[in-house]
Parts: sequence; structure tokens; C-alpha cells
Amino acid sequence: MNPIIDGIVKAFQLIFSGDPTVYRIVYRSLFFSGTATILAALWGTPIAMLLGLKDFRGKPIIKGIFNALIGMPTVALGLILFLIFSKAGPLGFLGLLYTPGAIILGEAVLVTPLVVSIATTAIEAVDPEMINLAKTLGASESQASIAILKEAFNGVIFSNIASFNRAIAELGVALLVGGNIAGLTDVLTTDISKYTQRGDLAYAIALSIILMAIVFGINLIIIIARNPKVLATFGRSPQ
Amino acid sequence: MTVLAELKNLTKYFGNRTVLDDITLQIKEGEILALLGPNGSGKTTLLKILAFLEKPESGEVKFQGETVTDKNAERMRLQSAMVFQRILLFNTSVYNNIAYGLKMRKLPQNTIKEEVKKALRLVKLEGFEKRSAKKLSGGEQQRIALARALVLKTKLLLLDEPTANLDPKNAQIMEEAIATIDRELRTTIVMATHNMFQAKTLPHRIALINDGKITEIGAPAEIFGKLSKNLASFAAVDNTFAGTAKATAAGTTMVDIGNGVQIEATGQRQGVTSIFVNPQDIIVSKSAVASSARNVFKGKIVEVSDFGPVVKLRVDVGKEFVVQITKRSFVEMQLNVGSTVFLTFKASSVHLI
Repeated sequence: MNPIIDGIVKAFQLIFSGDPTVYRIVYRSLFFSGTATILAALWGTPIAMLLGLKDFRGKPIIKGIFNALIGMPTVALGLILFLIFSKAGPLGFLGLLYTPGAIILGEAVLVTPLVVSIATTAIEAVDPEMINLAKTLGASESQASIAILKEAFNGVIFSNIASFNRAIAELGVALLVGGNIAGLTDVLTTDISKYTQRGDLAYAIALSIILMAIVFGINLIIIIARNPKVLATFGRSPQ
Repeated sequence: MTVLAELKNLTKYFGNRTVLDDITLQIKEGEILALLGPNGSGKTTLLKILAFLEKPESGEVKFQGETVTDKNAERMRLQSAMVFQRILLFNTSVYNNIAYGLKMRKLPQNTIKEEVKKALRLVKLEGFEKRSAKKLSGGEQQRIALARALVLKTKLLLLDEPTANLDPKNAQIMEEAIATIDRELRTTIVMATHNMFQAKTLPHRIALINDGKITEIGAPAEIFGKLSKNLASFAAVDNTFAGTAKATAAGTTMVDIGNGVQIEATGQRQGVTSIFVNPQDIIVSKSAVASSARNVFKGKIVEVSDFGPVVKLRVDVGKEFVVQITKRSFVEMQLNVGSTVFLTFKASSVHLI
């Protein structure tokens, strides 16, 4: 049989049989990228609040830099981090290279500009008078900022989901600082790459289908969440 | 009367524009003070400074004898609440909106629940707790914004044009809620307005503000007496006229406000006087209506302002009157600038100042 068709058939068998090799890689991917997103949100949200709420000299430049960094090629960042984490590098003493920590940290750095940019835009979209509203009702400066953050909630969540998608779908960082060590630092993207090169089409295709399902599935949820009316179009009969 | 808040030689700039120019003002405890002035006169900034939300460039702000500084502004703000001209609501339920200030004050859950209920009753929106605040009608949203401030029972309440752009029904609910708070809690209220309230909620004092300066301050009677002299330049109060009053045989008062316009009012007055007619008390019709109302005037519409559900018309009957009708009526009667209309209102709707 045609090796491609064979590969596709076997891929579905792997997926639906709950093959442990496949699913261990999936869980590892979800865990690494999920943790990376949480980290990026933790340090990115305060930055977004600063950029969104306060005015200072050089603000447009800093916003511009974060915006530009969104498009950072993952391999380039992977190389930079590799050099930093390697024995000769400034953070070599941490021994992070080729460990899960490196991937988590690396992907967190990768998606931080995304978190910051989207969240900043969401916060800026909130009516600035809301700060005065919160204050006149008795809020302190920090309580007022949190109120604004809540108003920007949708945008902030969107920034996190978009970041997770970027993290789980990237190859360059995970490969270069993780090393794709089987059972330790291999993730969906690095394994798809490995299995394809080895000619192990069944695994490569299975992992690809799952990766696409995750990414597209999340995007679909975002679209529906932002505009519930989309669901209605499915229920309407043709006219 | 004790002084609750005080502004001394206060100046405020925005960029190179002087918004408030050397303002000195004392707010007496328990009084209702109206700030009357055209747009851009500095009313809103003045209210924000009294709400301790803005800092003056020079001058002093004192509250209960204490000078307001950066350090204590936050504490002071717990004693005042401002309702903004624009509707600002948190993107959540009505309950969470109204409860916000109470939560900031760390009140227990049960108390908050009770207080929110009472506040909703005050603005006649009982049972609205779970509704999404942003999905309410404009009038309901404004009532929620008011309830959110009233529930805090602060010593000082600042209202920026509380009933502007509201249809009569909503405006009345707002006015009654404010009157109730004034009556029950003796809250000190400072409000910026274009329009006078009905007699029962007329302010104790009126301050005229223009170009960042307070030009006059005093009891309504005083102010309207002086206003009449520069009414042309001070278009801030609708339907206020100065005239000469004469008693009639029927026991009412006829006030001549000029240009052949004679207004009949219930009550007794003689000589120089000022009158005010609430725009909402005036009926607009396309032909003369036979009714018991004593005041009927024919005139032309000279200006139309659309506020959504409500349309404001400026009608020239010899003197210009501002009247308010629903959008629906406006459309049904096919009115426009230049249309001839009749204005009808009762003698009892004429307030003698």
C-alpha cells in the first residue's frame, strides 16, 4: 500500500487506541507550553498594566519593541537561549540546557511580547475615566488598577490563549534548548520533525493531527467566545 | 452652619488652558449647592477636585477642616462620591456595580446585600441585581450609577448633570432619589446642572460659574434676580425669565416677560420677579388645544437637539422656550426647524422665584 495512506491509517489507529507513546508526548507538550504561558502571564501582565495605564517618556518605543518582538523567529531565539544556557554562557551554572526547565523558560520568553502587546491594547481600550470611577467609589490606586484589569479581562484572556497556541506550536526553541531527548524534553513539534525525517509517517501524522486539533480547536473556541452569534449560523436552515 | 469643604484660591490648568481661575468657595454642611454654567466653564473639574480626584496647581482644598494632600486623598475619597456625566459601568452585574464601593470598604456580605437592595429600591429598580449592567436602557443605567454612589452614604455627593438627556420619567426617579437622600441623611450635595429641579428639590444656593470663575453665589431668588440682567450672555438655565408681575382679578399673577409674552402663574407676586417653567411641563401641539391650561402660545421651532429617546426643542413664541418631547411624538407630529407649534402649560407649572 502507498506508504502515505498507510501512514494516515496507522496514525488514526494510534490516536484512537490511546497509544501511550503518543499521548505522553501530548501531555508533555501541554504541560511545558501551559507552564510557559502562565509564567509569561505572571511577568507580562504587570508590564502590560504599566504600559496600559501609565504615561512616561519612551513609552511608544517600548510598546514598539514588544510589538516587533512578537515576530521573533523561534530558531533565532532558540539559539540565543542556547548560548545563554550553555556551559560557556552567563546562565550556564544553572544547568538548564537540555532540561524541561529550559523549554518552559524559553517558550515563556518567546510568548512574553505577545502577552504584553495584546494585554496592553486591551487595557488601553478601557475607558480611562474608569480609574476615576473606581477611586471615587473608594478604591486605592492598586484596587483601581485591578478594576481596569477586570474590565480588560476578555482581552487579557485572549492574550494568554494566543500565547499558549504560539508556545505549543513552535519548534525552534524547544529543539535547540531542549535537545529533543526522548521521554524528557521531546514535545509534539520536535517529535513530528524527528519522525518525519526518520520516515516514521504514522507517528508523525498522528502527532500532527493532534497538534492541529489543539491549535484549531482553541482558535475556534476563541472565535465563538468572542462572538457567540457565530453559533447561530449553524442552526439556521438554508433560505 | 459648619463648613464641610473649602476651596481657597484654587487654580487648575490643563496644558496651557486655565480651567479654574482663583476659585474660593465654601460648601456648607447639609446644603445642596448647584453649579450653573455653560459647557467648558469648569463645572466638571470643580466637582472632580471636590471628589479629590484632581489636584489643583495652586490653592488649597480643605475637607472638614483638614487640608487634602496626596497622602490623605485616598482616605478623604471615602467620604465623597461622584456621579459622572457620562455613564460609566463595570462590565458585570448590576449587583456587582452597586456593591463595588461597599466591597472596597470591606463591609460584610450580608450588609452589602441589604444595602444594594435598598439602593435599588431608591431608584425603583428592585430585583435588578442579577441583570447585566451594560444591557440596560440608558435611563436605567444612569439610575444604577446614581444608586452606586448613594449606597455609600458619603458626607459629600457630587453630581455632574444628573438628569441631562433623561426622559421625564427617569429624570423624576433620579430627582426623587436625590431628594430622599437629602431628606434622610442630610447629605451635602454639589451638582452641576443646566436645568433647575422642581421646587421641592431646588438647591439652597446656586453658584454661577463661567470661564473658570465663580461670578455669583447665593440663594436662588438672588441669583435669578441678577441673572435676568445678563440672561442673554448666560444661556445656562432653560426657561428662566425676568419680568414684571401684576396681580389679576382671578387671584393669580400675570408676568410680562417682554415681547408681548404674558405668563399666568398661580401665587402672588408684584413688581420685578423671575419665573421658571420646567421644559417637561410644556405640551407641544400643532394646533391650539382647548384646555384648562392658562398659558397658550404660538411660535416657531428654531432649534432641535436629539438625545435619543428624547428631543429638545427651542421654540420662539416672542421669547424662547425649551421644551422636551419624546422622539416618537416628534416623528409623529412631523416637526422640524421652522414648524409652527403651540406651547401649552398650566399656571401652576410656572415657578415664581
